[in-house]
Amino acid sequence: MTVTSVKNEISVLVVDDEQDFVDALVKRLARRGFATQGALSGAEALKTLERQPVHVVVLDILMPGMDGLETLRYIKENYPRVQVVLLSGHGGEELGVRGMAYGAFAYLLKPVPLARLVDTVIQAAEYAPVA
Amino acid sequence: MLPSLSLRKSIVGTVLLFSFVPLFLLGWVVYGMFASAYHAKVRDNLAIFAEDKRNAIDLFLRDQVAQLRVAAQSHSLAQLSSQEFMDRLLSIMQQGTQTIVDLGLIDDEGNHVVYSGPYNLRSINYKNEEWFKIVRVRKLYISDVFSGFRGFPHIIVAVSKQENGREWILRATINSEIFDSFVRLVQIGKKGDAYIINRKGEIQTNPRFPGKDIQVIRPLIDSKFSGVRIHEGIMHGNAVYIAGIWLQEKEWLVVIEEDKHSELEPLLRTRTLTILVSAGGLLCVLLGILMVSRMIVVHQERQEREQARLNEELVQSSKMAALGKLAAGVAHEVNNPLAVIREQAGWIRDLLEEEDIQSSPNFQELRDAVIKIEQHVERAGSVVHRMLGFARRMEPVRFDVSIKDLLRETVVFLENEMHFRNIQLKWDIEEDLPLVETDPSQLQQVILNIVDNAIDAIGKNGTITLGAAYDAQSGCVCMRIRDDGPGMDKDVQARVFDPFFTTKQVGEGTGLGLSISYSIVTRLGGTIRFVSQPGEGTEFIICLPVRRGSKADDRHLGEK
Ligand SMILES: Nc1ncnc2c1ncn2[C@@H]1O[C@H](COP(=O)(O)OP(=O)(O)OP(=O)(O)O)[C@@H](O)[C@H]1O
Ligand SMILES: [Mg+2]
Repeated sequence: MTVTSVKNEISVLVVDDEQDFVDALVKRLARRGFATQGALSGAEALKTLERQPVHVVVLDILMPGMDGLETLRYIKENYPRVQVVLLSGHGGEELGVRGMAYGAFAYLLKPVPLARLVDTVIQAAEYAPVA
Repeated sequence: MLPSLSLRKSIVGTVLLFSFVPLFLLGWVVYGMFASAYHAKVRDNLAIFAEDKRNAIDLFLRDQVAQLRVAAQSHSLAQLSSQEFMDRLLSIMQQGTQTIVDLGLIDDEGNHVVYSGPYNLRSINYKNEEWFKIVRVRKLYISDVFSGFRGFPHIIVAVSKQENGREWILRATINSEIFDSFVRLVQIGKKGDAYIINRKGEIQTNPRFPGKDIQVIRPLIDSKFSGVRIHEGIMHGNAVYIAGIWLQEKEWLVVIEEDKHSELEPLLRTRTLTILVSAGGLLCVLLGILMVSRMIVVHQERQEREQARLNEELVQSSKMAALGKLAAGVAHEVNNPLAVIREQAGWIRDLLEEEDIQSSPNFQELRDAVIKIEQHVERAGSVVHRMLGFARRMEPVRFDVSIKDLLRETVVFLENEMHFRNIQLKWDIEEDLPLVETDPSQLQQVILNIVDNAIDAIGKNGTITLGAAYDAQSGCVCMRIRDDGPGMDKDVQARVFDPFFTTKQVGEGTGLGLSISYSIVTRLGGTIRFVSQPGEGTEFIICLPVRRGSKADDRHLGEK
């Protein structure tokens, strides 16, 4: 299974303030072979990255506290090779576009079919340094 | 309508009051002044008239007396005693005036010494006559008018003459008809009269209307006065001015009656005219007020209607704004749990791929349940999605849009559906429509909503007509989307723009299509309205200004 082996090398960090959402997504991505972790806020995500950088961060834009864009900028400053896929809810299109300007790899509108997310993450990982 | 009626009443009342009172006062004062001036003028004329007559009569009497005096003084008694001389004297005097009838010389015994004239009076003795006594004392006597022996009205003028120590009297008879002719000239107007009266109240001339009520003239006769006096009284049943003036030569009063009514006729005419002009003026004012008040009331009513319409629009758009905010809030709150449910369902679906579960007896049930969950999450998601479209925060972009092209591009999405339902599409688009500066994708959403509704309304077999025309007056391009569906009754019409109002079955309509369209069109600076007739169909009309003004409040719906 070549695909799975590729995926196994890809580490993903899912950041969203909704615990159950993060849990489900982490489990589903893990089931598809990604090395997946979750974080419930921007700050937590940065802490996780500090311990161990990942290939791709799936980042929700609308979060209390440090929002997605801020987190994105911080990530891009400190870990420029980490790729970020932004998830924006409705009305966040503009934020998504701005995120692209800050160096996000892609932005996807919620709700995202999982297959689409998986494809995007694989594409993003190609730009990330092989760990 | 009631308040405007009372408004009208009070306008009419006020203006009438403020125009009627001055107009009335003006008429009254002007007429009053004119009347008093006129009265004064009439009296003045009368006075001048009376004075003139008095002077003429005085002059005449003075003439007669003077003539007689000259005759008496400038001739000797011997001359006067001669019948021949006397005859000649009479004929000379008569050459001057026809009024002297006869002439006589009387001695102090009252005997007629010489008499010249048409009557045989030589034998008469005047010794006991009143005038005879008076002339001896006063040296002059002028009688009242009387008919005496001669049988026609006359007066006697007598002067005395001293000669040879004896007193002689020269006496002339004067035909008093002369006075009639004097005063007759004065008998003015239809009812005017003039005559001479003595202190005893005996009329000396022939008045035009005999049978005078002396009582009326009495106040003038009772006292002698100088100058003219004018009284007012009733004579022969007419209101008259009575002017009186005393002669200087004789205690006679010249009386002139003037009919007040005919004298004041011009004044009455003036009064009638004044009243007519005032009434005419008032009528004009009244008409004017009625017209003006009508205009005011109509204007006011129009403004009230306009105001009511504006209020309605304001209510509608603030309702939209409030609901927009609410919808955005609710949608966001619902979106997150939906996302969680979606992911959790996905996780269950993932797990269902495990082989041991697939062999479970309930596997099929679980799978169906997950599919149902996903379906309904989708459904909820789409409602939320539409609600968010309603509260869309996006600033409309501006492009120069060809309405014709936009309509054609948009209906392409629905062509299959229409074909399937056997709905014909007709076009009625004006040539050379100007481009409209607007947001094509938002406008497209509006067109989709409305055509969608038309299709839903028709159901099967019908026609949808898409039209567009430029209205130069408002500078707008108006699109018309007409269907021949069942139309809407009044209740539905009143609520179509309300969010969540739908007549469709659960799951088929959210009732957001038109309210979203409304808020979009408003945000684009245009208007949306419709005409619907139950049984005949519905037409939606969307008008958009060709040039967008950059008004700040255009975006009120999109602001957070
Ligand atoms: N062309 C039409 N003819 C007759 N009725 C109409 C027409 N357009 C709208 N309506 C009425 O107005 C209601 C509201 O329309 P609206 O588009 O707002 O909601 P909807 O069509 O019911 O739902 P949605 O558009 O959200 O799917 C409709 O349910 C229908 O009763
Ligand atoms: Mg609809």
